[in-house]
Amino acid sequence: MNGVHDMGGEQGMGPIQYEKDEPVFHASWEGRVYAINRALGAWRKWNLDASRHGVELLPPADYFRMSYYERWLTRLIDISIKTGLLTREEAESGKPTSGSSKAAPPITAANVEAAATIRASARRAEAVAPRFAVGQLVRARNMNPVGHTRLPRYVRARTGTIERDHGVFLFPDTNAHFLGEKPQHVYSVRFSARELWGNEARLQDSVHLDLFDDYLEPA
Amino acid sequence: MDTTRRGFLASTAAASGAAMTQNLAQAADEHAHDDVALPSEPALRVKSLESLLVEKGLVDPAALDAVVDIYEHKVGPRNGARVVARAWVDPAYKARLLSDGRAALRELGYGGAQGEDTLVVENTPRVHNLVVCTLCSCYPWPLLGLPPVWYKSAPYRSRAVIDPRGVLREFGVTLADDVEVHVWDSTAELRYLVLPERPADSEHLSEDALAALVTRDAMVGIAKVALPQKGAQL
Repeated sequence: MNGVHDMGGEQGMGPIQYEKDEPVFHASWEGRVYAINRALGAWRKWNLDASRHGVELLPPADYFRMSYYERWLTRLIDISIKTGLLTREEAESGKPTSGSSKAAPPITAANVEAAATIRASARRAEAVAPRFAVGQLVRARNMNPVGHTRLPRYVRARTGTIERDHGVFLFPDTNAHFLGEKPQHVYSVRFSARELWGNEARLQDSVHLDLFDDYLEPA
Repeated sequence: MDTTRRGFLASTAAASGAAMTQNLAQAADEHAHDDVALPSEPALRVKSLESLLVEKGLVDPAALDAVVDIYEHKVGPRNGARVVARAWVDPAYKARLLSDGRAALRELGYGGAQGEDTLVVENTPRVHNLVVCTLCSCYPWPLLGLPPVWYKSAPYRSRAVIDPRGVLREFGVTLADDVEVHVWDSTAELRYLVLPERPADSEHLSEDALAALVTRDAMVGIAKVALPQKGAQL
């Protein structure tokens, strides 16, 4: 979707605020949100792409007003309700619906070390033929899907060169909506800075994106 | 004062779409008579969510403690620094790291969440690499830990691709005109680590001493690695 999260090339966002000796979490609740996110993800009611899309669906004003972990918290509650892990009543009251049975969490103190550091990879073993070859000129499609996509607006309709074939991965645009994995090749595509930003940009500079087969057409 | 705080919490919760109004108001009441500052609105929401999830058996609070501990104390830029130092002292390892990052990182025990497929890109006198995620916050967790706020912020995500030299200048890195800037926008499940240039006159340093010089910022590409000032303790 053409949302405010897709901010490559936007201007006027202000100076970069660098914090020296920044803590990993700025408050203990941030760490709890991060950990709850990992622990609930282990129920496999949703996937990483659906989770990312949850943040993209925040209204633009909320997206900018909220801190990073506030966005995570809000989408975590939303997606838990959408997928039936919680009912709206439970989220509102903070109490389990009476009579609901108590579950056994998949991530426990006993297995957390492995569970917290290993995640199902998005790489797939299927033998899918690549549509493009290293060295080939390609154009990023001019497409504007209303759902999740990982093709940023700033490269759409721009021409680049395939620099590397990363192999086969599941496709976020369908996976985010539980419409199947549609495994396909992902390529490192090099776009010259001038192709993206015009003649003011340095001739020798470039931006490299990892793009899926379905995002590209021959140039 | 109490009413105002309560009203603020209620309206904020409603506006943010998390309809936990009643719950929040109750939580605010519990603290209303404390002299200390009230807990923040998200802190209250998280507390309420966690207790609900624990009561339903959906999460184990001890596991949550452990996840926080892992990312606060065990996983961080020291991991990436170890990889960089190894590449600096061992040319064969460096060659493996650049050609098949995933396998070379496994040799040192790194992989896993947000780092299954990591590519290492090398800075040279002619090429400077900069890593960003314009769409969200993708970052090589196993090597660098969780990303800092500036990396996830709108100013960095928006400008890194259109004005990388300006961003680098803001961080104190000025590049010569003939240097190529390669920006890596992490749009899929590949993650990027910059292999910074080894500082000049560092031949006498051990692998561990070199690792101690390598910063998170250098491995994202917003800084170079420098030797400490003469006389400073390593």
